[in-house]
Amino acid sequence: MAEKVAGEASALASVNKWAPIVALGWLIPGAGHFFLGKRLRGGLLFASVTLSFMVGMLMRGYLFEWQTGDLFTTLIYCGGYIANLASGVPYLFAKWLGYSEPDMAGHVVDYGTKFLVCAGLMNILAMVDAFEIATGKKD
Amino acid sequence: MPKMGLSHLETSLLMALVMSVVLGITTKKTQSEQLRYGLKCMGYFVGTVFGLGWLMYLGHG
Repeated sequence: MAEKVAGEASALASVNKWAPIVALGWLIPGAGHFFLGKRLRGGLLFASVTLSFMVGMLMRGYLFEWQTGDLFTTLIYCGGYIANLASGVPYLFAKWLGYSEPDMAGHVVDYGTKFLVCAGLMNILAMVDAFEIATGKKD
Repeated sequence: MPKMGLSHLETSLLMALVMSVVLGITTKKTQSEQLRYGLKCMGYFVGTVFGLGWLMYLGHG
């Protein structure tokens, strides 16, 4: 019983250790690393994710909305929405400023959409990396 | 807001650059490993872009 309580307390302490860092890393790309003292990595991650998001916006990329339907539509739109949302503050800021481009055909717009999605996916990688550093699985 | 219009090659190289930086940082532990892996990824991306570009060019005749 005592071991179980100690284990739960340890797990809770562990969550309290990494959750704020991962949340910070989601909101501001690279901030989790910066908070953990990995300033160069944090700066490079911030620059990469933000540059990708900015280029996507400048190319008038489409920000996905949550939309369900057939399997393909659900995968593309819901997956795209989650990836866009993973960019954190850049996404929230763009939405707050009213950025809303239509989903049009054209190679520039299409590349822009990919840049916006990739920014979120890269930030997910950064969050996982910050989690591993915070829990001691990585230096 | 101005609209940016990059060519296919410029866009692919920019994407390769940012992806290589992030993959290098997040997958390796030491700085030298990160740099080496980032450069390797960049090389693979650029090689794929040129390889597929030539394949499509030759495929179209």
